[in-house]
Amino acid sequence: MTYSDLSKSIDELIKSHGLPKREVYLDHENSGLIIPEAIKAMNEAYELSGKGHPSITHLMGWRSYQALYEATVNIASVINCSPEEIVYTHSGTEANNLAIIGSSELSPKRKKIIVSSIEHLSVIFPAEKLEKRGFKVIRIPVDGEGFVNLDFLSKHVDKETLIVSIAAINHEIGTIQDLKAIRDIVRDKDDRILIHTDACDALGRIPLDMKKLDVDLASFSSHKVYGPKGVGALYVREGIKLEPIIHGQLSTQKLWPGVENTPSIIGFSKAVEIIHRNFEENVSKMISFRDRLINGILSNIDYTLLNGPLGYKRAPDNVNISFLYCEGEALTVELSMKGVYVSSGSACTSRVLEPSHVLLAIGRKYEEAHGSLLMKVSPFHTTLEDIEYVLEVLPDAVRRIRSLSPIKPKVR
Amino acid sequence: MSSRVPLTYGKKVLELFRNPKNLGRIEDANAEALAGSLACGDMIAIYLKIDESTEKIIDAKFESYGCAANIAAASILTEMIKGKNIQDAWKISWRDISNELGGLPPVKYHCSVLAVGSLKRAIRAYYANRSKPDWLPEELTQEEKHVIEEEKLMEILAKRIQKTEL
Repeated sequence: MTYSDLSKSIDELIKSHGLPKREVYLDHENSGLIIPEAIKAMNEAYELSGKGHPSITHLMGWRSYQALYEATVNIASVINCSPEEIVYTHSGTEANNLAIIGSSELSPKRKKIIVSSIEHLSVIFPAEKLEKRGFKVIRIPVDGEGFVNLDFLSKHVDKETLIVSIAAINHEIGTIQDLKAIRDIVRDKDDRILIHTDACDALGRIPLDMKKLDVDLASFSSHKVYGPKGVGALYVREGIKLEPIIHGQLSTQKLWPGVENTPSIIGFSKAVEIIHRNFEENVSKMISFRDRLINGILSNIDYTLLNGPLGYKRAPDNVNISFLYCEGEALTVELSMKGVYVSSGSACTSRVLEPSHVLLAIGRKYEEAHGSLLMKVSPFHTTLEDIEYVLEVLPDAVRRIRSLSPIKPKVR
Repeated sequence: MSSRVPLTYGKKVLELFRNPKNLGRIEDANAEALAGSLACGDMIAIYLKIDESTEKIIDAKFESYGCAANIAAASILTEMIKGKNIQDAWKISWRDISNELGGLPPVKYHCSVLAVGSLKRAIRAYYANRSKPDWLPEELTQEEKHVIEEEKLMEILAKRIQKTEL
């Protein structure tokens, strides 16, 4: 297929879909919408401070260096670390890869990697890559709500363990792990084991203080705090010597060569600042949208299951529900035509045969995982009217997809 | 292999997803079959009304649990076979379905395979109690084998999950 054929077919597809009367975006998991303040900061950086190469010896470069440094100080102050401990990457995926692969040569005697079974694939896949190179990968099982089995962790962590990687908040089902308990178990065994947490979904949702958390590595993603896409960061505690995983001309950071995307980093920094400016207010806003959505769906639609915990141990923005007898990918397309944009843990959306590994790990059956919808609310983009609109159109969408199926639920 | 993943759907798939043709059951069907499973996330039920004297498919309907491409594949298949005699319907390949839908990306090929697999199963079911025609092969076709493999794989995967639970 040539580019012009493809372009024509996308045009036709979009035209055939039509423009919905109202649009509600709840796919912040896959692509967080940006806030205007971050766009403004980025634009200013493109126009003024962020134009030059931050490591070059001319005025324009120095201005860029200054702007980049200020942006970093800003982020560092929010997560309570030093600006030197922050390494920018171009995504959370890259930050997770750097944490896992970058630590692999740290100690020749340590050949064990411990991850939870519900980690993001950008943690699981690098770990599996190392498994092929002779590392032993231990996958910690989780309970029905996604909490890691601490006894299992305690049993397996030992002097041969290189790194333990467990996300502060699970990206799909919103489980908030007890990082303090995890850290105590690991540190008690051996304080030289690296602790990494994928904090992409935690930043802006729970307070994150690197000193108090006492982890060695933490990953962040800009779009998940409603900043620009294409920026991630890894917190690397002072004294931890990772190896770079990509190679080339160094700019201002040793662990990630290439020119920094200064304007985007400035946008990221602004987004971090904004979401923390009225932190408690933002969080309670998310919780009220989340709970209205969860309660509305569970009480109005039969054969539904909430995935992940309820209440304060659940991420404030996360809604993940399985609709039995309803294939999730078809449901996302149906909802799209009503202007509601969400994602699903169905195998069909993941381009592999198996559905979400997170849902399977918490004990959901295949058909329960195939019928799942993941929705994330935003304190800056979601309104109560949006939630009411979703609750209005969702029952009919589920009913239609169920009506197509040869296996239908019994009428209650 | 191309480095870029193609777009999942075309216009035709979306249209048939929105307005599927021949959706539902035929109460007095004289051939029917189910292929795939809920666990696969892909399931097609096909119902045929065949004129016994002419061996023509006079009506065809479907039900589907699956993605938009799955629904569209089953829908277009029923349109393609209505009015055909059974032998011509048997010859339809998964590639024909994909072409009729304006081309499916490789990740969605199995939807058209499942649709054809369910039709072939229904045709075999029709001849289960009748004398088999010469054109009907004893050996399973590629599509039928693929459907069985997918169904079996799901059983294996489901068992593997149970095993890894503590």
